[in-house]
Amino acid sequence: MKKLIANLLLPAAAVIASPAALFVSAVFVSPAILFVSPAAMASEAGVRLDAAPIDPTDVVSLQSGARTFANYCLNCHSASLMRWNRLMELGLNESQIKDNLIFDGSKVGDLMNVSMTRKDARKWFGVPPPDLSVIARARGADWLYSYLRGFYRDPARPTGWNNTVFENVGMPNPMWQLQGERVRVEHAVKGGEAKEGHGGAAGSVKYEMVRPGSLTPVQYDETVRDLVNFLVYMGEPAATSRKQIGILVLLFLLAVLPLVYLLKREFWKDVH
Amino acid sequence: MAAAEKPPVTGTGSAALDSALTWVDQRFPLMSTWKAHLAEYYAPKNFNFWYFFGGLAMLVLGIQIVTGIFLTMNYKPDANLAFASVEYIMREVPGGWFIRYMHSTGASAFFICVYLHMFRALLYGSHRKPRELIWIFGVLIYLLLMGEAFFGYLLPWGQMSYWGAQVIINLFSAIPFIGPDLSLWIRGDYVIADATLNRFFALHVIALPLVLLGLVMAHLLALHEVGSNNPDGIEISKHKDARGVPLDGIPFHPYYTVKDILGVVVFLIVFAIIVFFAPEMGGYFLEANNFIPADPLKTPPHIAPVWYFTPYYSILRGVPPLFHSQFPGVVAMGVSVMILFALPWLDRSPVKSIRYRGPYFKTALAAFVVVFLILGYLGTEPITVWGQFGAWMGNADRATVVARICTVIYFLFFILMPWYTSIDKNKPEPERVTH
Repeated sequence: MKKLIANLLLPAAAVIASPAALFVSAVFVSPAILFVSPAAMASEAGVRLDAAPIDPTDVVSLQSGARTFANYCLNCHSASLMRWNRLMELGLNESQIKDNLIFDGSKVGDLMNVSMTRKDARKWFGVPPPDLSVIARARGADWLYSYLRGFYRDPARPTGWNNTVFENVGMPNPMWQLQGERVRVEHAVKGGEAKEGHGGAAGSVKYEMVRPGSLTPVQYDETVRDLVNFLVYMGEPAATSRKQIGILVLLFLLAVLPLVYLLKREFWKDVH
Repeated sequence: MAAAEKPPVTGTGSAALDSALTWVDQRFPLMSTWKAHLAEYYAPKNFNFWYFFGGLAMLVLGIQIVTGIFLTMNYKPDANLAFASVEYIMREVPGGWFIRYMHSTGASAFFICVYLHMFRALLYGSHRKPRELIWIFGVLIYLLLMGEAFFGYLLPWGQMSYWGAQVIINLFSAIPFIGPDLSLWIRGDYVIADATLNRFFALHVIALPLVLLGLVMAHLLALHEVGSNNPDGIEISKHKDARGVPLDGIPFHPYYTVKDILGVVVFLIVFAIIVFFAPEMGGYFLEANNFIPADPLKTPPHIAPVWYFTPYYSILRGVPPLFHSQFPGVVAMGVSVMILFALPWLDRSPVKSIRYRGPYFKTALAAFVVVFLILGYLGTEPITVWGQFGAWMGNADRATVVARICTVIYFLFFILMPWYTSIDKNKPEPERVTH
């Protein structure tokens, strides 16, 4: 429990400690700064996304994602359309949810809200962090998977962080301790030969790990995979049962189909 | 009393049911309605695949009304609550996701059925004399359906709901003189806001469905007055037996009821595949951006209407502005739909069915279908989707140029119709229907 709270607080502490973060409140007086301009979106659309290897039936992965979500996301971002006790679908019981995931004294029947007000959020980050209940349906799993693995250090940014998928994003890397710190390195193109770079971008941009995190890159990818798996589940908790019911409905309709066909043929046999 | 002179109802196989129906029939036109519209409504025996979609459109109308009633029980038409209430339906209302997906899929299914139903009319001349009024009622249904879809699309209060409505209502402000006041009057506020949401809700759940049901009734009554057309485009009423029954006609019930049940089951299989396995339909039925709550301060980079409006949206976007006014585009879009009303009188061909039409009409119809699909596709994409032409074309967006060419062809299909249908080399029609 203490460890969880520590995990919860550390990213926030790190942001505050970072000198760049001191600029946050000064720079982002106008939320308009962070609004993505159409041009930025256009470049964003050009980013190649990694396919998220998620599996909505993998309950262990979903539970792990729920833990990461509660520890790293649910401090700034709410999921105000999602009820805590819905997680019982993932094989957790009420006391497990209460003891391991809820840090703010909410009841298991409450919605996943955060205490940060929109006004404060706007002051601190420029825009209020969006509610994440249906973010996977708006952004898609691949986008989230790439985005959450796309942070790198950028001293030019007020938070000290930038992102390969969402350029100049207002959000600092919440899982920097897990992922470590990467920097963007641009190599000059030698002798006019254009090398195909990482991510298909022009030339030779690379992201180099300057301070490793507590997880190896492979472990971090798995953590993000689980988190994205959970975000996709949360976007539509009924999705798995929807497909199961769908199979039954289709089996029923396919069973009815020959019967109605025979009925039609029987009636129509005297029509010439 | 005339009512008492009616013969008693017989033949249900149950004496109690016979007497109950007799009781009703003496007080209500039960048996005469049953006979006129089902048991003794003689439909041509050669209906093919294309004749399923009218009935299926009615089925979808029923689905929309029933699911709509249940959605209304939990939906909150309030700018602060609407988005969350839709997700409440998706998450907390038992079976809510099923009701909601049936309704959202039903909206698209309705347009698919109606577009195919209208195309059937073009194929076989079902809009031609004496069925002009059926066609007019049908086009009115289509217009109302567009309004219904437009009003309904605002209700989830996502980004696309909001900005789509913004774009469409702003079209009215392009009308000279009265435009700005008119769009303000439609919105009920200076921006799309709670007032707009409330009135759209009222129109979506009460006003338009009511008129829609009335028009469907009128459409059917007009159809049953003159009788159905068929794939040969000839009148079966020309050849009747001694009892006055068309020789090529069969009673709608039971023949077409059992045939339509088969069609319904096939339709439901397709419908269920979408509802249960692909309710977003790759972003065409439910757009990803509509899972972001409406934000009046944040314009999405690409606003596209839902697929069923996109051909007209392409026409709107393609027509160049005049004196910095979008009005010509608005007029072109309006005319592109309204011109459908004139179709029965634009067509001068002596034959109705594509089977006996000459090459001019076939070519024109094929071109019309192709440009309608291209316009529909382009309407879902930004105008930069195909890049730009070189300097020789003034660096124009390729998609815009293509949309303009398609728009011209779209209108030529109608404008030139009196000419190409009257000089076409048609084939002789048969006396009796063929299969």
